[in-house]
Amino acid sequence: MVTYVVRRLITAALILLGASFLVYNLTALSGDPLADLRASNAPNAAQLMQARSQLLDLSTPAPIRYFKWLGGAAGCVVGNCNLGMNLVGQPVTQALGQALVQTITLVTGATVLAILIGVALGIVTALRQYSALDYGVTFMAFLFFSLPIFWVAVLLKEFGAIDFNNFLADPTIPLPVSLGIGIVLGIIAAVVSSGALRRRAINGAIVFAFVTLVCIVASITRWFSTPGLGLGVILIVGVGLAFGITVLAAGLQNRRALYAGLTTVLIGAIAYFPVQPLLDEATGLMIFILAVVTVLVGVAVGWFWGGYDRGQGMRVGGITAFLVGALVVLDRFMQAWPGYYNNRSIRGRPIATIGGSTPNLQGDFWQHGLDSFTHLILPTIALVLISLASYTRYTRSSMLEVMNTDYIRTARAKGASERSVVMRHAFRNALIPISTVVALDIGQLIGGAVITETVFSVPGMGYMFLQGISHVDPNPVMGVFACVAITALAFNLIADLVYSALDPRVRVK
Amino acid sequence: MSQQSQQEDLTASARGESGATAQPAAGIEPTVEAKGLSLGQIVRKRFFGHSGALAGLVVFAAIFILAFSAEGWGPFPGWWKYKFDQVTPLVNFGQPTWSFAPFSFGDHPFGQDRIGRDLFAMTMRGAQQSITIMIIIGVVAGIIGVVVGALSGYFRGWVETILMRITDIIIIIPVLLLAAVMSQTAGRRDSGTWFAQFAASNGVVVLGIFLGFVAWVSLARLVRGEFLSLREREFVDAARISGASNMRIIFKHILPNAVGVVIVNGTLLMSSAILLETALSYLGVGVKAPDTSLGLLISQNQEAFSTRPWLFWWPGLFIVLICLSINFIGDGLRDAFDPRQRKFNAKKAKSRGVHGSSVAAAPVAAGAGAGPVRASGADVAGGQSEDRETTLGVGGTVNPARGVVPDPEAHGGAPDSERKAP
Repeated sequence: MVTYVVRRLITAALILLGASFLVYNLTALSGDPLADLRASNAPNAAQLMQARSQLLDLSTPAPIRYFKWLGGAAGCVVGNCNLGMNLVGQPVTQALGQALVQTITLVTGATVLAILIGVALGIVTALRQYSALDYGVTFMAFLFFSLPIFWVAVLLKEFGAIDFNNFLADPTIPLPVSLGIGIVLGIIAAVVSSGALRRRAINGAIVFAFVTLVCIVASITRWFSTPGLGLGVILIVGVGLAFGITVLAAGLQNRRALYAGLTTVLIGAIAYFPVQPLLDEATGLMIFILAVVTVLVGVAVGWFWGGYDRGQGMRVGGITAFLVGALVVLDRFMQAWPGYYNNRSIRGRPIATIGGSTPNLQGDFWQHGLDSFTHLILPTIALVLISLASYTRYTRSSMLEVMNTDYIRTARAKGASERSVVMRHAFRNALIPISTVVALDIGQLIGGAVITETVFSVPGMGYMFLQGISHVDPNPVMGVFACVAITALAFNLIADLVYSALDPRVRVK
Repeated sequence: MSQQSQQEDLTASARGESGATAQPAAGIEPTVEAKGLSLGQIVRKRFFGHSGALAGLVVFAAIFILAFSAEGWGPFPGWWKYKFDQVTPLVNFGQPTWSFAPFSFGDHPFGQDRIGRDLFAMTMRGAQQSITIMIIIGVVAGIIGVVVGALSGYFRGWVETILMRITDIIIIIPVLLLAAVMSQTAGRRDSGTWFAQFAASNGVVVLGIFLGFVAWVSLARLVRGEFLSLREREFVDAARISGASNMRIIFKHILPNAVGVVIVNGTLLMSSAILLETALSYLGVGVKAPDTSLGLLISQNQEAFSTRPWLFWWPGLFIVLICLSINFIGDGLRDAFDPRQRKFNAKKAKSRGVHGSSVAAAPVAAGAGAGPVRASGADVAGGQSEDRETTLGVGGTVNPARGVVPDPEAHGGAPDSERKAP
């Protein structure tokens, strides 16, 4: 095991050396770093060229410059980092730090969402293979797979930002539009739901009536100007969540687990008003501590209810508590919305099309949170759409593979309930190959999404790399490359180790 | 492979006779294969029975013919009256003249841009360029990938070590970024060498070839995985004993058996190639003006979305259509070459369980234990492969905007399930 890891690390270091040599020289040889100055007719062009040659050390041939760069980079191991300067004389380490923060805030949310939605869709489509839902999702997956992200991004800017902002200025939904939304969602519900035609029609009708009603109410109360959930909605949704989580995690026949979930919802509802003044003074750390406390309370409730399977009750309690807490926080964010909307820096156009945050925004924790939300929502949607497809397809095939195995047949034969077969026997094993994909994806995460960053003008890693390429500026390119390659290699190794830990049939040697 | 798939289809047909419930998968014709069909015939039959793939093929053929005939290609003139770089007076502010009632195309069916160039001509030219690049990337990357994968999988030892380390080096560099450097290099016009002259007149071809040089890595790994298992099979021993040379064994005996993996992944490689090209052109490092491509058209016109939306819709629509049809063709090919995916159905499994248990057991056997990730990993190679590195980064086709996009089913036949099969 140890020899395996050491051997892998040595190989990785060699690969890194070769690849970085290649990247440096390709970048340096790909063009003329002085091109823009040669074309300029400024009187001091000659001095500027001189200065830039000095800065970039252009008199040294590129392969030798690489080794100079390598010397500086080797200093990073002993804490004396020097990755050189970029064209304008800013140290690359500093620029990297800024870009890294931007990229991670942009990509993390999108990746997590894509994984959650993709895995859920994949499981459902595998369980209902060759149904209308399966065909629909498969087609959508192919479609998203084929979408160029820059095209999606421009569409999102047009419809998600400009048109939605216009809507927010006067948030009323005309009746025909409400009916239209209701009809579309009703048809989708009817197609997606299982069972006989009659049952599907009833499902569709219920969804249609509900959605239309919600749209009309939202329009009359101008909900989008002053959004909020309120205690009533939190309570109703919470009870629904408690039932849903119990069905998935314990099965409804485990009454105590269900009671644990419901008790948690009740506690959350009782705590709703007392916690509001505390939330007014919120900071990030406080939210985190509150989240931990909430989950602990939920777990404790599950423990006190006990029953024949205490673990299940605790799981249901903990998950329900977390989600109800999230609802309360969401409600608080919504309460902050009018203040944010009327903030002078926003100028009545809350959904932003470029950048990562509004410059010089004055506001409390909640308003800053909303600000990053409005900036991140569009790039996140774009990224989720295009990466959703692969997770869905991957999970689906992995789940189908598992459902074919003998132990699933054994589980069915011994009379395990369908929930137990799916959630306990199949789902967990289907996740094993997916864990590898997820680890690899996280490894590539900090490379950033070059095109998304370009379209939405987020100054992240991909943007930095692209700038470096187009200005024939090797140092930032190498900085980004070093970060990306090291994390990718590290996560490759982690993925391997995780896989062999999860699936003992695969041994690393 | 042919043996196994025929066997499965026999089971499938047996199932079809035994119970009315066992319909074959929707979208896939019930292929009752008689004896004496070659692998090619079986695959062709399955492929043409796959409605999605057929639709993809028809759409792609239509776009291909439309794009290449409308604008002309090389010495051949096109039938459309405008050239893509021809400026004509604006008709009706450049709005599309295509109307449905009464149906007529008008002078500029897709509209015109700001200075009066015909958008239909530009879109056709762009589609032509994108398809050309896609095919070149597919061919170049396919050849390099197959050769590298075949040599390293067959010879193993130091050949494998060197080739796979090179693959590792190239795969670790993000494709989009490497491609940007490559196309920057391909786009150099500064020196008066023969290369610069060639590049100036055939920019698209040069771009395609350079991108092909970086796109082969995933294919090489998959082919290697396939070769690792195939080289242990009896027919290879037989060929070797009868005195066949290494090259003959590789190209005449093993490669035809690995053709499924190659074709399927080559197709998927092409669909990601077209997105790669459009993305690069969008970023300004691919096809450059005055020539045009679909990505470049979108990049040039995105600012005008609110005033001239048609400039934005048509090129995007063509990218999506081309890519979607190629993906469907690839899906159909995968089903045709690798029937593993279409056997299991939860409902049928349950209902069959009620009717008769003997048949229900059949579909379970082959798919077991061949997880998509492990398909070319250590488990597969059994005692042969010394490390598990192959598993990594074998995510699947490398896709421009998303890094590695795994399409698990792309892994073609799973070697170990094949070896288990009698």
